[in-house]
Amino acid sequence: MKAPLSWLKDYVDIDITAQELQEKLFGCGFEVEELIYLGKDITNVVVGEVTECEPVEGTHLSVCKVDCGEKGIFQICCGADNVKKGIKAPCALVGATVYATAKDHVTVEGITTIKKGKLRGIESEGMLCSGAELGVNGDMYSGGDYCGLLLLPAESKNGADVRPLLGLDDYIFDIAVTANRSDCQSILGIAREVAAVLGKPFKEPDYSYKAVKCDEKIKITDLAPDLCPRYIGHCVKDVKIAPSPAWLKRKLALCGLRSINNIVDITNFVLLETGQPMHAFDLKTLAGREIVIRRANDGEKLKTLDGNEFKLTNENLVICDRDKPCALAGIMGGFDSEITDGTEEILFESAKFARDNVRKSARALGQHSDSSALFEKGVNEYTTERAIKRALHLVDSLKCGSVTDIHIDVKTERSSTGEKEMSVSVEKINALLGITVPVKTMESILKNLNFKVKTNGDEMQITVPGYREDIDGYPDIAEEIIRMYGYDHIKGTLLTSASITNGGYNDSQKAENRVKNILAGKGLYEISTYSFYSQKNLDALRFPADAPERKAIKILNPISEDLSVMRTTLAPSMFEVIVRNLRRGNTDGALFELAKIYLPHELPLKTFPEERRTLCFGMWGKCDFFLMKGLTECVADAFNLKFTYEPCEKPFLHPGMTAEIKCNGEHAGYLGVLAPTVAEEFAIEKPVALAELDYELIAAQANGFKYVPLSSHPQVMRDLALVCGREITCGEIEREIFSACKYVSEVKLFDVYYGAQIGENKKSMAFTITFSPKDEPIEDKVDGFIKKILNNLKFKLDVNLR
Amino acid sequence: MQKKIEEIEKSIDEAVKDVQSSKTLYEIKMRFLGKTGEISSLLKNLRDIPPEERPSFGKLVNALKQRASERLDELEAAIKRVELGKKYFREKIDVTLPGRCTPDGAFHPNTLIRNELISVFAGMGFEIYEGPEIENDYYNFTALNTPSDHPARDMQDTFYITEDLLLRTQTSAGQIRVMENKKPPIKILSPGKVYRSDDDATHSPMFSQMEGLVVDKGITLCDLKGMLDEFAKKIFGEGVKTRLRPSYFPFTEPSVEVDVSCFECGGKGCRLCKGTGWIEVLGAGMVNRRVLEGCGVDPDVYTGFAFGMGIERIAMLKYGINNMKLLFESDVRFLKQFKG
Repeated sequence: MKAPLSWLKDYVDIDITAQELQEKLFGCGFEVEELIYLGKDITNVVVGEVTECEPVEGTHLSVCKVDCGEKGIFQICCGADNVKKGIKAPCALVGATVYATAKDHVTVEGITTIKKGKLRGIESEGMLCSGAELGVNGDMYSGGDYCGLLLLPAESKNGADVRPLLGLDDYIFDIAVTANRSDCQSILGIAREVAAVLGKPFKEPDYSYKAVKCDEKIKITDLAPDLCPRYIGHCVKDVKIAPSPAWLKRKLALCGLRSINNIVDITNFVLLETGQPMHAFDLKTLAGREIVIRRANDGEKLKTLDGNEFKLTNENLVICDRDKPCALAGIMGGFDSEITDGTEEILFESAKFARDNVRKSARALGQHSDSSALFEKGVNEYTTERAIKRALHLVDSLKCGSVTDIHIDVKTERSSTGEKEMSVSVEKINALLGITVPVKTMESILKNLNFKVKTNGDEMQITVPGYREDIDGYPDIAEEIIRMYGYDHIKGTLLTSASITNGGYNDSQKAENRVKNILAGKGLYEISTYSFYSQKNLDALRFPADAPERKAIKILNPISEDLSVMRTTLAPSMFEVIVRNLRRGNTDGALFELAKIYLPHELPLKTFPEERRTLCFGMWGKCDFFLMKGLTECVADAFNLKFTYEPCEKPFLHPGMTAEIKCNGEHAGYLGVLAPTVAEEFAIEKPVALAELDYELIAAQANGFKYVPLSSHPQVMRDLALVCGREITCGEIEREIFSACKYVSEVKLFDVYYGAQIGENKKSMAFTITFSPKDEPIEDKVDGFIKKILNNLKFKLDVNLR
Repeated sequence: MQKKIEEIEKSIDEAVKDVQSSKTLYEIKMRFLGKTGEISSLLKNLRDIPPEERPSFGKLVNALKQRASERLDELEAAIKRVELGKKYFREKIDVTLPGRCTPDGAFHPNTLIRNELISVFAGMGFEIYEGPEIENDYYNFTALNTPSDHPARDMQDTFYITEDLLLRTQTSAGQIRVMENKKPPIKILSPGKVYRSDDDATHSPMFSQMEGLVVDKGITLCDLKGMLDEFAKKIFGEGVKTRLRPSYFPFTEPSVEVDVSCFECGGKGCRLCKGTGWIEVLGAGMVNRRVLEGCGVDPDVYTGFAFGMGIERIAMLKYGINNMKLLFESDVRFLKQFKG
């Protein structure tokens, strides 16, 4: 919301500096995001009178003597076509800053500092300026658009700063207005706040006008009161379309709008001043001279005044005449009912349209305007009623036409207007704030904000002004009071009245922290990646079209296709990270991520999906299958679990170096080394290993621990070198060793050997087996155990002692 | 006999003349002093000696044995000293070479901040609650006093999955789930990922928030301020102060924006605080009556406050990270900087 200081001063007597006002507004909830001084880039530019002017032969230049009063008289070389003796123009002295313009003499290309120089060998001590060079256009200052010199009035004082003269000595407050204060999306709204915060009276603008009697009846029918609760139309005749006066042009220009003509400017002025978007129809173009407010028919077409044509739906509200739509309600007027130079009769519209419908229509059609922006934030009918009077006042006072007495006010059952009465308790307000604000202070704050207040003991009877639709209950009143009283009155206390509660992590959160701690201790870095990616990320890891991972939740309105699918596996994100690191020259690394995957129960989604915590590992550079397996084993250990590993295949992993991880027989994840085919595709020359664990399953299966009494008898260790077929796995042998003897507490592989000595298709594996005694010593029995183990191995797996 | 002893002594002299290694010396020791060594062998000849000379002969041999053994022991000690010196020289290491140990990894900066925040608030009696990231319209908006036509819906651009299901835009959604299932006193902290359709140097479509909620009898705005003062001191440093200023959130009334005094310049004004001396860190307020009512909590009996902050924002401020993207790119050179 842009509010010029000069405009605010029309309604409040502001006697503090712009910077002080900025602080005051900040304190009461209106953050000034930018305070712009209009003349900030213009320095050392003064009124100069051309006292001599001689053309330079063979050029378009003239040599001038310019009288700048007390600053001196300077020789300036000027190329403007309107330079001549006797004129007064802005003169940029040596060292002055002005805007640099492009070849078109209009487009600003930064700021330039004026230096003493020579043009065609003629000394020049400064520059006479155009409007564009000072940031002034024709709406800001008459003549500002001319690409020659900006001519100043003859009575201007030579040598005076031109900024006040050109209206550049002004500030624009760019204010962030919170969503609850749509009433402050206007100059008047901000002015009311300024008045309240300064404790000064607010000067209401002039709403008066004289109306001429007119017998004609104009019909307005509201067929969609849910989308248009209030519609006011007023007719103006004998319209004389003409340019607006300079003061009006200037106000629009300060807020960034171009002047069009008096009638259009009035609607824009009222929009800026009151926050109520207005529209003016050329009454002659309205078939049947009537207005119908209704939902558009599906497929109905409308061309808006910017020339865009839209195919409408039943969700769009339109303002129609007897036959056809003439405006897209709250968004933009129609092409055919636009005000033209020949317009003689107009119908002003001031209405309230439902904010979500305007928002939806504007979005769906991709058509946004200042008007739709305001309607989306919400307008109040207090303003709807006044805005049209303000427009009529302007028509009357600027003599743009005769205001008639044809005033049609369609107030539907959805309309809500007028002041709101409420009763609040002083004690409750203070209890919420935690401090005691004196009742007198409360009353004066509320009165400054235009609330009417009557206090009777603890009870405060409040009348809320009609434009404050945000006020709902006593906490809102408490907020009004404290924001004006000052938040610095709030002093910290520590829950003086609250019950004691027991805080901290629950068991599941503790376990998560423990796992993360262990992994960081193993040298891994934790990462966090986006929860969404693209189907392309699944393509990269060669998931087939029918892979369950492809059954993913899609975002309807993603930022881009790259971030459009909720992930069902973390590996693609991890892989992307590894590729990125390698490309940046990070030769090795080990990472983990503990994050959720999102598993739909059905697609399209009808119920909340399952959000399942998953633990993913990625290593590259110095890594192999077993280093990765060490990590998954370490996770098992953290939960006092034992994982089993079986060879398996994954589309992106090396078929001979991939294992499915099981926990108590249930699928708990996988690990493996990146398939050479994938590595080649991404030009990865270093080994890469990936693993993913179903953290939710593992955490659920976790075993606690309990002390097991120590045996008084020593444990016994024996080494066995075995020979078996190459296809026999270490896991199988371990399993058979355990199953053959209940005293076996640990089986540890310490050597694998392939070689001619033991024959082709054979391998030798050597294990250390630990036997732990229970109640009695076992030294004498170990030979027997070994025999049993060997028999079992021979029988089950055809494994022999080497 | 005397002669024999002299001969042995001489041959000992001869034998040890060039001895340099303890191994050779050992062999010499065995040759003369061993069980079957030359000196011991002398005693074997005792029978050939007349009985009256035997005691004196024995004495001579024992004296010889004594001398030889002392001499060789001395020599041995000397050789061992030299050998040890050589060994030490050989085995000397460069102690400035790097140590051997798997270097520690590190937590993501978000986790560091999250844990710090949790430890501050857990100490004040807050439990940790984590709600679902895929929420429905009710929990994310409607129950938070943001009905469908509310302009505040535009404050956060929402990712939708269906008309009703969406990626939560705020951890505040968890407030409702907690209040539906738990009666006051409530003190919860709700950290988690949230999503908004926004992407630039200070916004990311996914980021993390930490939400705090207190509902009990007699909770005031001063209590909110007091708790945030504690938070600011613990997270940003002892001297750091907080400032409340009016703001708006549909689910709180009054609502405030909370600034902390700049911990970089102490409030004098610097680049970090853009010259203002204050840094915006979170939004907060007194829980809106409508929100309490909707969750079945009587707003005439209970009041409460809520606050919510962006974890990435705190991390960026605290560690001086200038682009939010870095937190999600997972470049190991970045990650390695957050040990602690």
